[in-house]
Amino acid sequence: MNYRLLYFASLCDAAGRAEEQVASDARDVSALYAELAARHGFTFTPDRLRVAVNGAFTDWNHRLADNDEVVFLPPVSGG
Amino acid sequence: MFAINETPIDVVRLHRGLEADGAGAVVCFEGRVRNYNDGRAVNGLSYQAYIELAEAEGRRIVGEAHAKFAVERVICVHRVGDLAPGDVAVWAGVSAGHRAAAFDACRYVIDEVKARVPIWKREHYVEGASEWLHPDSAPK
Repeated sequence: MNYRLLYFASLCDAAGRAEEQVASDARDVSALYAELAARHGFTFTPDRLRVAVNGAFTDWNHRLADNDEVVFLPPVSGG
Repeated sequence: MFAINETPIDVVRLHRGLEADGAGAVVCFEGRVRNYNDGRAVNGLSYQAYIELAEAEGRRIVGEAHAKFAVERVICVHRVGDLAPGDVAVWAGVSAGHRAAAFDACRYVIDEVKARVPIWKREHYVEGASEWLHPDSAPK
């Protein structure tokens, strides 16, 4: 399956890009994060991140569909 | 109303948006860029947002403030981009019939925005380095 990833803040720095298309066998967001963390050297454990699929917050068991847009959100620091 | 702004926040214009015949109280909060943090001298901040989700979550918070408190108008705007000390990074304003609801709703909006809206700041230090801030709190 193909996914579109967006990266923000320190995850953007670690990945060296703000977005990418990924072909992956991962079928849920947990598996996808594990794969991307290994590839890009992300140091956040999932308990410190939130995840959004297609522009809405969701949970780590979310089953992915082809062409989903997936975003792993590091702890926020607005204000 | 909630918005992400790429240009300087026009406080005077936003303030006019709080006007309502039943508004006996107006409370505004301005979050400004400080020239230090955690003992380090700071000469600027860069804010980044996941704009689509930030605006949706911000609108949700404004809706919650309307549901929880007896308010007339609720407005919050957050900057993205590069800011200097003294610049307004976030502005929250509430009008209400009475001051208690105005204070409470304004506090609610700014606290929830800081905790929930996907916006990140990068601090630029006078000594030359810069880093993203990712406060060590559990996501909610």
